[in-house]
Amino acid sequence: MIPASFEYHAPKTLDEALRLVERHGDEAKLLAGGHSLLPLMKLRLAAPRYVIDIGHLRGMSYIREENGQIAIGALTTHSEIEHSELLAAKCPLLPQTAAQIGDVQVRNRGTIGGSLAHADPGGDYPAAILALDAEIIAANTSGTRTIPARDFFVDMLTTQLHPGEILTQIRIAPRPPQSGTAYEKLHQPASGFAIVGVAANVLLGNGRKAIERAAIGITGLAAKAFRAEAVERALNGKTISDKVIEDASRNAAQGVEPLSDLHASGEYRREMARVFTRRAIARAIEAARGVSRGGV
Amino acid sequence: MTTRYIGKPLKRKEDPRLIQGISHYVDDLNLAGMHYAAFLRSPHAHANIRSVDLSKARHASGVVLALSGADIDGAIQPVPCAAQIPDMKSAARPVLARDRVRFVGEAVAVVVASDRYAARDALDLIEVDYEPLTPIVNPEKAIAKGATPLHAGHKDNVAFKWELEGGDLKAAFKSADKVIRQRLVNQRLIPVPIETRGVIADYQPGEGQLTVWSATQIPHLLRTQIASMLNFPETLVRVVAPEVGGGFGSKLNVYPEEALVAYLAIQLGKPVKWSESRRENFQATIHGRDQIDDVEVAVKRDGSILGLRCHVIADLGAYYQLLTPLIPTLTGLMMTGCYKIPAARMEITGVFTNKMATDAYRGAGRPEATYLIERVMDLVAAELKKDPVEVRRKNFPQPNDFPYATPTGLIYDSGDYEKALDMALKVADYKKLRQEQAKLRKEGRYMGIGVSTYVEICGMGPSSAMPAGGWESATVRVEPTGRVSVMTGSSPHGQGQETTFAQMGADVLGIDPSQFQVVHGDTSIVPYGIGTFGSRATAVGGTAVYKSLLKVKEKLAHIAAHLVGSDPERMVFADGKISAKESPKKSVAFGQAVSAAYVAKTLPADMEPGLEATTFFEPSNFTYPFGTHICVVEIDREIGDVKLVRYVAVDDCGNVLNPLLVEGQVQGGIVQSVGQALFEEAVYDEQGQLITGELMDYALPHASDLCWIETARTVTPTPVNPLGVKGVGEAGTIGATPALAGAVADALAPFGVHHVDMPFKREKIWQLMRKSSGRVQ
Repeated sequence: MIPASFEYHAPKTLDEALRLVERHGDEAKLLAGGHSLLPLMKLRLAAPRYVIDIGHLRGMSYIREENGQIAIGALTTHSEIEHSELLAAKCPLLPQTAAQIGDVQVRNRGTIGGSLAHADPGGDYPAAILALDAEIIAANTSGTRTIPARDFFVDMLTTQLHPGEILTQIRIAPRPPQSGTAYEKLHQPASGFAIVGVAANVLLGNGRKAIERAAIGITGLAAKAFRAEAVERALNGKTISDKVIEDASRNAAQGVEPLSDLHASGEYRREMARVFTRRAIARAIEAARGVSRGGV
Repeated sequence: MTTRYIGKPLKRKEDPRLIQGISHYVDDLNLAGMHYAAFLRSPHAHANIRSVDLSKARHASGVVLALSGADIDGAIQPVPCAAQIPDMKSAARPVLARDRVRFVGEAVAVVVASDRYAARDALDLIEVDYEPLTPIVNPEKAIAKGATPLHAGHKDNVAFKWELEGGDLKAAFKSADKVIRQRLVNQRLIPVPIETRGVIADYQPGEGQLTVWSATQIPHLLRTQIASMLNFPETLVRVVAPEVGGGFGSKLNVYPEEALVAYLAIQLGKPVKWSESRRENFQATIHGRDQIDDVEVAVKRDGSILGLRCHVIADLGAYYQLLTPLIPTLTGLMMTGCYKIPAARMEITGVFTNKMATDAYRGAGRPEATYLIERVMDLVAAELKKDPVEVRRKNFPQPNDFPYATPTGLIYDSGDYEKALDMALKVADYKKLRQEQAKLRKEGRYMGIGVSTYVEICGMGPSSAMPAGGWESATVRVEPTGRVSVMTGSSPHGQGQETTFAQMGADVLGIDPSQFQVVHGDTSIVPYGIGTFGSRATAVGGTAVYKSLLKVKEKLAHIAAHLVGSDPERMVFADGKISAKESPKKSVAFGQAVSAAYVAKTLPADMEPGLEATTFFEPSNFTYPFGTHICVVEIDREIGDVKLVRYVAVDDCGNVLNPLLVEGQVQGGIVQSVGQALFEEAVYDEQGQLITGELMDYALPHASDLCWIETARTVTPTPVNPLGVKGVGEAGTIGATPALAGAVADALAPFGVHHVDMPFKREKIWQLMRKSSGRVQ
């Protein structure tokens, strides 16, 4: 398990990192927590010529309020997100999701930016940031741009990030009153990745009897995480009932080509998408009604 | 002897250094001028090697040596197989493949370089011209007509046929009310010790001394084998097993790398290290289990078992390792379990396939036996609509039946199976569990209760029944300062002998356990021994220690009696003193008597100086621990997830030296069974690629997958050794899988399911429930 030889850079500032990324282009890989890149390198499935370790960049690990939004630095670890009081109060879906990633060691090292940029089809955060309509900030040497979560994931292990760009920040609107969230996951028993992971974010109306707006992000099911719009349409404006939730959940895999592998067939994934969508919606509604653990 | 320490839950002496990470495993050792070996391994399951071109690798920076199979032809003998079965075909594993590769991961070439990076990089420069052949992966297809033999000179892929029969089987099946048949599959497993294998070899040409450090369970046997494989004088070979981070049987073996790294060190005159990667460990360290059992049982309507017949297909992989052919035969010996079954027959077909060899993995053939017979008992209960507990109880031998002779030719030493069963039923509150199950079923919740009553064979074992010696050695030497060195041939890899043997010594000699140093794993210090496997370290190795302690004690009693003017028979060892029974004044400090043995001025006439005794203990029989495990699961109807709700284990391993260690062994063993039952499976695809080739895909049980394991014990000492101890290292793994399997089958009974093959992966269970959801009872 020894990687091929590579040139290692450990820039101290973002500008320095961006210049390195610009200079080395496709031959460079960014190293953050190292949980995705290093195993690939050790198996020699990846052999980048340059490894740019951004783990030493200053000021890239934070969770704070900025202009009415919550801003999370790309190098913030899963563990920091899991235990953030600010997020627990204003965006509980992220801690709920982070708590279900891997194990303690993984959560202590892995970063949200690294996880999103890697875009593993079984990664957990993609479901959450889709359901939160988050924004992803990417920088290059000429400036920054904002990518809506819905546009961010392109395909398996592929995102909207261009060569020369570094994901620097995630921005999320704080949760409105009468809203609730939940992340429900069926984990692959060996790796802990999601076979299916469903993040539900619901806003209730009509005295908390109806769903005003639902956002459902699903990961694990397909090559990339996606918003389950058919489920959302079936929920929006409806009075809450078990039947409404159950019927809506049937649309979870609509229009999606499910993955099939050693751990779960496409058929099973499709069915589990239904089950976990239902469970996530139900728990998100409970949270919105303030009756359960949903608020973390 | 007053037992002040034996039976007490002393914390392990080993743990502080291990927890602090300040002791040394093979990979932690570094010698001056160390070089590093890396192996090129076959990416093909089955291929002819047309050529191996090492020229580029040999010229790579840092590389000092690169060898293929052709380069070492005749210089290193193949991997030894100690197990012999009549008429078995040869299938010796070459140290490096020569003309053909037979499994993915088989070593084809080796490179030695001045650092491990250079060695690894050079592997990419080796050009091997392979001619791929059709891989033979499925064992049933391997022995079907027309299948190509893996090995030249063989007419098919049958490695051996082995038969065992006892009792009148014909009569049994003739008089049966019912005959039940079932196919049972024990899937292939990967042992996954936390420490992978590793070897360092150092050769001093002046002295001719070869030292090999290896992560092994059997340093002495390895020494003999390395000497044989290299045709090197055994007296000049020293093998050291430093800290060994788990083995589960996978390090009870002799591997190509062990001989080859030694060979490289001799060739180069430089120390050479090889550390196995996890992927290599998955591909090229032995696997376990892998049996297909077609079983038939003849029963009476009242639940008595009359006869049992089983045909086993044992997938051996491509080559024999040290004990490969022996493992399935242990299944045969133990096939009747803890029941009085008058007639039994087993036929085993050992089969070659293009996979890594199977060999001893925690339990080694006995988990398969327990699984076989316990699944049979459940199937009988289901067929006869009886409680699985009652079917078991009906067939138990009674305490006065011991020693009990099985139709498979074994003599069970001692047992009280009903006592353990009753205790488990009580701890679990079995009756209440059944009521709860009935209630939950009405709510559409699927709880299952599994019961396993097991017996196992351990304390291995009498040499007459072992392939390479079943005795064990121990030397006890009281040093002049009064500290005691205990040299044991049972080299541990996590079992805790340093603690238990010190407890025993403390009670025998009446001094504190801290005064003992248990030394192991170094063939230059420890007398020749056999090793740690087959739950033998305490029953065999411990008895050897005990006997040596008694010899030393007797000598000390003579010395002390001589010093105080009393009779050796009357000397009592306690609190660091040796005193005469008749008067507290007639007493010497332990150290004073020890000193007398070395200063040798005040010894009784004709007594030799020194204070050291060695024993080679040969047990008269195996030992047969037993117990009852009860497992409760609940299955998530929607996703097929099997959740452990409760687990009760009552184990009887005879007398207990340290209950804390026994409990740890039981719990660890059960967890390993949970792995087999729920998650683990070495999957080779049709091309013979190991697709569960790393920990991202091969699922081990996590703490979060478990429930608390409730343990209790009954104590039925064995007459086989003076300590009355049986062994417990594998009991958990042997007893638990059928309890888990029984619980899952029981949970699925409303769906008309009575048997499911392991592992109980969610999708498999979900499919079963879905297929029969129309007819839920």
